[in-house]
This record gives sequence, C-alpha cells and structure tokens, in this order.
Amino acid sequence: MKTIEKSADILIVGGGAAGCFAAITLAKAHPDLSVLLLEKAGLKRSGCLAAGVNALNAYITPGHVSQDYVNYAARDAAGIVREDLLLQMSEGLNAVTQDMEKLGLVILKDKAGNYVSRGWRNLKINGENIKPLLAKAVRQGKNVEVLEHVNVVDLLQDAAGHAAGAWGIALREEAAVYARAKAVICATGGAAGLYRPNHPGEARHTMWYPPFNTGAGYALGLRAGAEMTSFEMRFIALRCKDTIAPTGTLAQGVGAAQVNARGEKYQAKYGNTTSERLYAVVSENLAGRGPCYLETQGISEEAETSLEKAYLNMAPAQTMKWRETGLGPRTANVEVEGTEPYVVGGHTASGYWVDKERQTTVPGLFAAGDVAGGCPQKYVTGAFVEGKIAAEGAAKYVRQAAHIADAAQAVPVQTPAALAASVAELLTPPGAPPLFTVDALEEAMQQVMDEYAGGIATAYRYTERQLALADKHIARITRLAAQLRAQDTYGLLKIFELRERLLVCRVLIAHLLARKETRWHSFAENLDHPHQDAAFAKYVNSRLHDGRVEIILRDLVNRSNQVKEAAQ
Amino acid sequence: MSIRIESAKCVGCGRCTDVCPGNLLFLQQRKAVIRDSRDCWGCTACVKECPQDAICFTLEATLGGAGGRLYAQDSAATLTWVLRLADGAEQRITVNKQQANAY
Ligand SMILES: Cc1cc2nc3c(=O)[nH]c(=O)nc-3n(C[C@H](O)[C@H](O)[C@H](O)COP(=O)(O)OP(=O)(O)OC[C@H]3O[C@@H](n4cnc5c(N)ncnc54)[C@H](O)[C@@H]3O)c2cc1C
Ligand code: SF4
Ligand code: SF4
Repeated sequence: MKTIEKSADILIVGGGAAGCFAAITLAKAHPDLSVLLLEKAGLKRSGCLAAGVNALNAYITPGHVSQDYVNYAARDAAGIVREDLLLQMSEGLNAVTQDMEKLGLVILKDKAGNYVSRGWRNLKINGENIKPLLAKAVRQGKNVEVLEHVNVVDLLQDAAGHAAGAWGIALREEAAVYARAKAVICATGGAAGLYRPNHPGEARHTMWYPPFNTGAGYALGLRAGAEMTSFEMRFIALRCKDTIAPTGTLAQGVGAAQVNARGEKYQAKYGNTTSERLYAVVSENLAGRGPCYLETQGISEEAETSLEKAYLNMAPAQTMKWRETGLGPRTANVEVEGTEPYVVGGHTASGYWVDKERQTTVPGLFAAGDVAGGCPQKYVTGAFVEGKIAAEGAAKYVRQAAHIADAAQAVPVQTPAALAASVAELLTPPGAPPLFTVDALEEAMQQVMDEYAGGIATAYRYTERQLALADKHIARITRLAAQLRAQDTYGLLKIFELRERLLVCRVLIAHLLARKETRWHSFAENLDHPHQDAAFAKYVNSRLHDGRVEIILRDLVNRSNQVKEAAQ
Repeated sequence: MSIRIESAKCVGCGRCTDVCPGNLLFLQQRKAVIRDSRDCWGCTACVKECPQDAICFTLEATLGGAGGRLYAQDSAATLTWVLRLADGAEQRITVNKQQANAY
C-alpha cells in the first residue's frame, strides 16, 4: 500500500460542524497559515448534520444573558460542567449564528427583521442544507486543502509528546495518509454504536447519533495520553418510536406534553431536566403505564402540515411514517422511546479535558465540538464557537510554541515506513481463516454493554458487579479484535472503528465505576448507589497510563475557583 | 437498511457515492451498490443527491414500514418529496428552501 505524505501548519481532523467552522475561521483570520482538513466521508453531508437540523438549539435571545445559558446547562448536568468553558461558549453563540446566516442559512424572522425564537434559547431555521452551506464555505478558503474519504486513525507526536500531525487511510486510493502539522484540531464528533441499538438487524443503524462517528477522536487522544472527562455522563435521547426522529419539535414546537397509556401527564413527578424527561418515560414503562406519547392529538391542520415539512428537513422517516399509516400527529399521539446510550460532548459533558483555548493535555492538540468535554448543551452553534476558539488557539500556538521553530525537534516519532508496515500487517491474509468477523465482535461488544453496562435491556441501570463483568468481556473482545485482518481499505476502516469503540467502552466502564452515586437518572443509574452524593460533586477524569485506565477526580471549576483550576 | 437502489434507473454518475456519510455506496460495473444494507443510517443524503430517482428511502419492516417508497427531487428553490405508497398512490410534498420551519 502506498503512502500519501502531506504537511501543513494546522491539521483539522473531521469536517463536521466544529471542523468546518475551524477551517472557515483560519481562512478568514489567518490566511498565511496552511490548513489541511481530513474528513472521513464527503464534506457535503458528513457527520451529525448530514440529514439537516431542525433548529439552532443554542442562542441567547433578547432579554437573556450568557450566564442564563450557563445556569441552565449547569442545572441540567447537576453541576458537573466547566462553567468557564460554558460561559465562553455562550458568549460566542450569537456571533456564529450571524456568520451562519451570512453563509446562507435561512433563519425565521418576524416583520421587524428579528429572529423568531422557540422558547428562550432556540431559533427556528430551515436546516436541511446547513452542511452543504458549510462545505461550500470551507472550499472557498484559499489556504485550506481538503482531503475527503480519509479516515484518521492516530495522532503523530514528537519525542517530547507534542502533537505533530496524524495518520489515516485514504479509502478511495487504497493508500495510507501521513500528515505532518505543527498543531492538530480534533473535531471527530462523539461515539455511537457502543451499545446494542433499538433495532438490531436490518435497521441496526437507525439511530439518533451518526453510526459513523465511532469515537475515533476520543481513542486517538487516549492513546496519545490525553486526559478525558465525564464519559460516565452518557447521553440517551428521547425520540419518536422506531424512526428515532427528534422530539423537540413536538415538545417545544407545538407544546406537546408527555402522556402515558392512561392519558396521564406524569412529567411533573420526575422533574424536567434532559435526563429526567427520559427517566420519566423509562419509569412509566417499568410501572406498567406505557407506552408513553407526546400528546399531539387535536393540533390544527396547519400545524400538522408544518410539522410534516419540518421533519422532512431533518428526519424524513417521521413524515413518511405519518403518511404511510395515515395517522398524522393531529390524529394520533406520537409514541416515544429512549435510544441506546452515546458518549457525546455536545449534549452532555463527555470528552477531552481542555483549557479555554480548547487545548487538550497533549500540547498542540486542540479539541472542539462533540469530542470536547466540560461544555454540554453546545449543540450546533456551540460546536461552531468551539471550532472558532480552537482555530484561534491553534494559530496562536503555531506562532508561539518554541519547539516548532526548531525543525529538528518537531519531528514525529512515528515514521511513514513504520506506519505502512503496521497497515501492511493488517492486510496480510491470516494463516488460518479467522473465527470471528468485525461484525460478530461488534455485536458481542454491543451485547456486553447492553446487558452489563446499563443499556436498553436493563432500562439503563447497572450494578458494580455488572460493570466488572462488562470490563472483563470488553477485554476479551479486544484481544479477539487483535486477530482481525482486512482485504482492503474499507475493511481496515471497520477494524479501526471497532478498536476505537472498544477503547471508548473500556474507559466508559471505568468512569461508570468511579462515580459511586446516581447524579443523573438513566444517564448514569448506579443501583448500588441510587442517590446523589455530595462527595461526588467532582469531575471524573481519566487517561491511559502504561496501558491502564487511570481515574483522576478533580474539583469543580465554578465561579469561585475558576481561575485556580482552569489553568490545569 | 433504509434505502433501496433501483439499478435499472441508475446511470452510474457516482454522486450518491460522494455524499454518503458512511462511505457505504460505491460503483460496480457503472451501477451504485451498497456495501452492507444494514449499515445505512437513513440520512437520505443519497436520495436527495440522485438525479435519476434511482434511490428511494423506505421504512424497514422492523420500524413499522408499510411498503412505501420515498424519493426526493432537488431544485434550486425547492425540495419535492415524492411518496409512492404500497397501493401505488402517489403523494407529493414540496418544501420551499427559503422557508424556515414553523416549529
Ligand atoms: C440527528 C441529529 C440532529 C441534531 N439536530 C440538532 C438541531 O436541530 N439543532 C442543534 O443545535 N443541534 C443539533 N444536533 C447537534 C449537532 O448537530 C452537533 O452537536 C454538532 O454537529 C457537533 O459537531 P461536531 O463537529 O462535533 O460533530 P459532527 O458535525 O458530527 O462532525 C464530525 C466529523 O468528523 C468526521 N470524522 C469522524 N471520525 C473521523 C475520522 N476518524 N477521521 C476523519 N474524520 C472523522 C465525521 O465524518 C464528521 O464529518 C443534532 C445532532 C444529531 C446527531
Ligand atoms: S441514506 Fe445516508 S447512510 Fe444510507 S446509503 Fe444513503 S447516504 Fe448513506
Ligand atoms: S446518484 Fe443515482 S444515478 Fe448516480 S450513481 Fe447514484 S444511484 Fe446511480
């Protein structure tokens, strides 16, 4: 297999919401720096934004201030957030919204020209083409080179541990890619496909989070020694049954309440944070009062028509279901269910432990969007803001870091030849036909996580004994995965995806074990410790050290101790 | 799997293969094929991209599907969704790209 060698000042890994915005920022503000963007799929429709989005979920509307958003997100996460990161993110939301509008995004306005909000922090848009608009803007950047269909596998580091680039595989060229850079921005999104999905089998990938965001960014960071935070704050989405289409449009949009099979509105019993809304459905089902619905029956005909279009702009399956059954939301309430758990730092706080420039604990490695931790509820606009901050941070680093001036020092330890050899080994046909396929091991992993680490099967609950079993089985599957061999680059991709998921699972289990309390129902429901414990008003952080997962408990960064801790 | 490729209509332009977020589609003897049908996310990027209506979205049987096929016709100003139900009836919904969601 041949190797394509590249070099740039700044390498962006992943061209989704955060990666595209980082590229756009560098094109505008730092045209003298060369930028290389490596994207796993095609830029036009990759990542979370592929189908379109339904609203801008994070915006500071008139009458509100950034701190309100911080307070909201902190409350939703029961305090386990980085308030410093949240505040900085919130302060940037409105500017990126205007930038996105200039790129062509249609945002609903009233007659006076003001944005029309949904609640106090959402804007109504036509988000179907948000990704094509971003892709077009990135391609206009003169200093930005984009390589598509390149799956990044690992970071390159110099002898002192600084990020020095990344390597991956070019799916269409049957080649390895070796890209050197002075700084790297990781923007690969979160991790889906860890747990058994709602519908194994033909529809196994009908899931909320993109099944192609496999946790590559977490895995490459972990292997490079980076510190991660709050993996145990899993995200489980409450979605329309079967189609896994968003529910916010019904709940916030037309104000539909949750009702159980008896028509009772039960939400008030459980509280109204994101995890409590899910826990409410789980609990009603366990109590024999399911299924649960969003009460849409009786909405106007006009509302129904608008909903049909809104769903076509982000999740066409839902509109199709309404039409196929002849039971639109006006006629029938919409049944809801919880998805399998994900690790995703754009909704909860899981991800890289970063400073205010979004630099990770690996010097020269920056993180933005769903892969970055501490800053939940950032959604698409928050991912833009973080892309922008990381771009500025990386640019500053490239201009200032002393080791970079010394070309001899900033050389990756990993040579192109060594990488080519490691890839060649994976492509060498095994002596005997292998016992297991990637698919079989993936299924085994998902089953373990489902049964022993709080998946759908156990209504998201787990005990420490179960977690210990999960850990043992993930180690077993990891050993089996080492024997997998591929025939082509797509086969390699599948092996790398499985490996990164297994590593994320392993670290996730360690995090779940470390938080000996139940701070968030369903997201981390520890049956051995069913209540919140003030002693765990801390971040659970981790890193790989000598091949072991090391857990680090850190004090909260809140308004009183922000300055002290944020520098770490 | 939630898409079906209607090979007879495919002209092998390759546009769908460029946009699939999972790199699932490729050309084989100048026709689009999917690597493993179970891996489709159902994002409909390929459905919207295909100029020949050669890819449709369908709801799997396990998702309550009733046999309909959903196609998309993209133009500069509108996106028209064409739903062919199992009984052959056709329904069309046109979304104006300049119009934001009401909800
Ligand atoms: C279905 C869905 C609907 C949503 N709806 C809304 C909404 O209505 N409003 C809202 O505000 N937010 C919404 N969100 C959230 C928002 O889309 C995300 O928070 C945001 O896109 C995160 O940006 P990101 O750049 O971190 O991840 P992504 O946008 O997913 O980008 C990650 C990119 O990295 C690439 N990548 C992954 N692995 C590799 C690798 N190994 N090598 C190279 N590239 C790689 C991926 O292909 C992808 O392009 C939604 C999310 C989902 C999943
Ligand atoms: S619907 Fe999306 S995931 Fe499925 S084949 Fe088409 S582009 Fe790929
Ligand atoms: S876009 Fe349509 S016509 Fe072109 S290759 Fe794909 S299926 Fe065939």
